[in-house]
Order: sequence, then C-alpha cells, then structure tokens
Amino acid sequence: MTFSAFLFYTFSAILIGSAISVVSTRHPIHSALSLVLAFFTTAAIWVTLGAEFLGLALVVIYVGAVMVFFLFVIMMVNVRDFKKPKSNWRVYFVPLLLVGVLMFAELAMLIIYSTGGRGAVPEPETRNTFLLGKAMFDHYIYALEIVAVLLLSAMVAAIALTHRKTSSTKRQVPSEQIAIKRDDRVRLVKMDVVRDEDEPEDNKKQADK
Amino acid sequence: MMIGLEPTLTHYLLLSAALLTISIIGMIANRRNMLTILMAIELLLLSSNINFIAFSAFLGDMNGQVMTMFVLATAAAESAIGLALLIVVFRRRGEITVETINILKG
Repeated sequence: MTFSAFLFYTFSAILIGSAISVVSTRHPIHSALSLVLAFFTTAAIWVTLGAEFLGLALVVIYVGAVMVFFLFVIMMVNVRDFKKPKSNWRVYFVPLLLVGVLMFAELAMLIIYSTGGRGAVPEPETRNTFLLGKAMFDHYIYALEIVAVLLLSAMVAAIALTHRKTSSTKRQVPSEQIAIKRDDRVRLVKMDVVRDEDEPEDNKKQADK
Repeated sequence: MMIGLEPTLTHYLLLSAALLTISIIGMIANRRNMLTILMAIELLLLSSNINFIAFSAFLGDMNGQVMTMFVLATAAAESAIGLALLIVVFRRRGEITVETINILKG
C-alpha cells in the first residue's frame, strides 16, 4: 500500500465517522463541530486530488465563515430543551438501517459496474489555481455573474427575513413627509404693535454695570 | 470487476456515495431540530462536490472544479436562507423542533 492509498483510507475513515457523528449526536454544537471536521477532511482529500485552490477555499469559506454562522445561530436559539423530543432513531432504527444499506449497495453496484476500478492515479497538477481561474473567467464568466447575483439575492432574502423593526431607532417616513401641509408646521398670528417703554432704562442699567 | 487497494476513481465515488447515504438517512431520521437537517444538507452538497473533484482529477479536466466552485456558492446561499428561516421559525414558535411544525398537515 502506497502512501497516497494510506492517506485516502485514513481521510475517508475520518470523513465517514464525522459524517455519522453529524447526523446522530444529540447536541447541535457537537454536530456543528463534527461538520467542521468533515469539511476539513474533505479539503485534505481534495488537496490530495490536486485541487489545492478549492481545498483551501473550502477551509476558508466553510470552516471559517459558514460554520461560524451556524454556531452563531445555535447560540441565538435556545438549545437547552433539545433533548426532550424523541428522535426517530430509536423508533425507525431497523427500517432506516435497511434503507441506508440498500441505498448504498445500489449506488456502489452502479459505480463499480460503470467504472470498475479503472482510472490511473491522477497526475499532480502544479498550476491548479491558474487553470481554474482561466476556465472560470474564460468559459464560465456568465455563470459566475449569475452566481454573484444569486449570492446577492440570498443576502437580501436573509436580511429581509430576519430584520425586525425596533422602536428605539429613529427613521424617516417618506409618505408622511410628502403628505405634510403648510398649516401643520407654521401658524401665523395676528397681533397689535406693542411699544416697549422700558427699553432705554435697561440700557442705562447695563451701562452702569 | 476487481477493486484494488490503490485509490482509483471508483474509490472516490464510493466515498461520495457513502456520504450521500449517511446524509439522506440522517435527514429522514432526525426530527429533533432543523439545524441538524441543514447540516445534513451541507454534507449532501459536499458529497456531490467530491464527485465533481474526483472526476475532474481523473479526467484531467478543469470544468469539474469550476462546477464545484458554483456548488460551493449555491450551498452558502442555501445555508444563509435556511438559517434565516430557522430564526424566523424560532421567533414565532420559540422552538425549532421539526415534529411540531405541522400546520400544513391537514
């Protein structure tokens, strides 16, 4: 067994174990940390396959950003009473195990039948980032723009869903601003002219001081 | 149809299939909270990404890796909207148990 085979089996074992841990642990924080391990191991597998840029991007985007987002949400919602409702694991354990084993067996038979252990060990690609950028900006530039718009709309949707109007912040209401009349703001008062007799005396007092 | 010990395309595809199976079974089995279901969806998209990268590496074609980039971006958008919905559900109901969300059950 060569070193690359050893790496593949080690990473695969860690990945499968952490994936099982993600879906079966009781507490969501344990699930999230297992998911971090799964992402990290997958990044390692991608690097061994020669996709260094995507491996590092997976670490930066998922382990760095998305999982922190998950942990923030876990922190915001109340996790104390997650233990109460009964999980389906115990109730449907045998059928689920059966379905899972059958599903994997069918997929495995299909894969082994169609590929049959063919395919050489991949050549290590030394200019991965260069080639990826060339493919992305030469052939997929429109798809890239669409993905950018997709991310923007996701951001707008997330903000619109979670935004809550608070009473403490002051903001303008344009409809009320437009609908205002002059009489609401200014009141003209008619009054007689009043002569002030004491004014010279006041000036004298101030001069004395 | 012998499968050797040395990792070939078949091995990577089998790994991806195992990951897909685990995530789908976990999604069905878990009725406790929506967070774990969202994490299982992340695992599912990760398994598709492993497929893309494996094909890209063994066929010597960069297009698979570009697709992985797009799947990554889509998964990030999905998790953002999913978590926002989860927060809305939590504000309305004070819990995120999937079993009790059955207004549309009829």
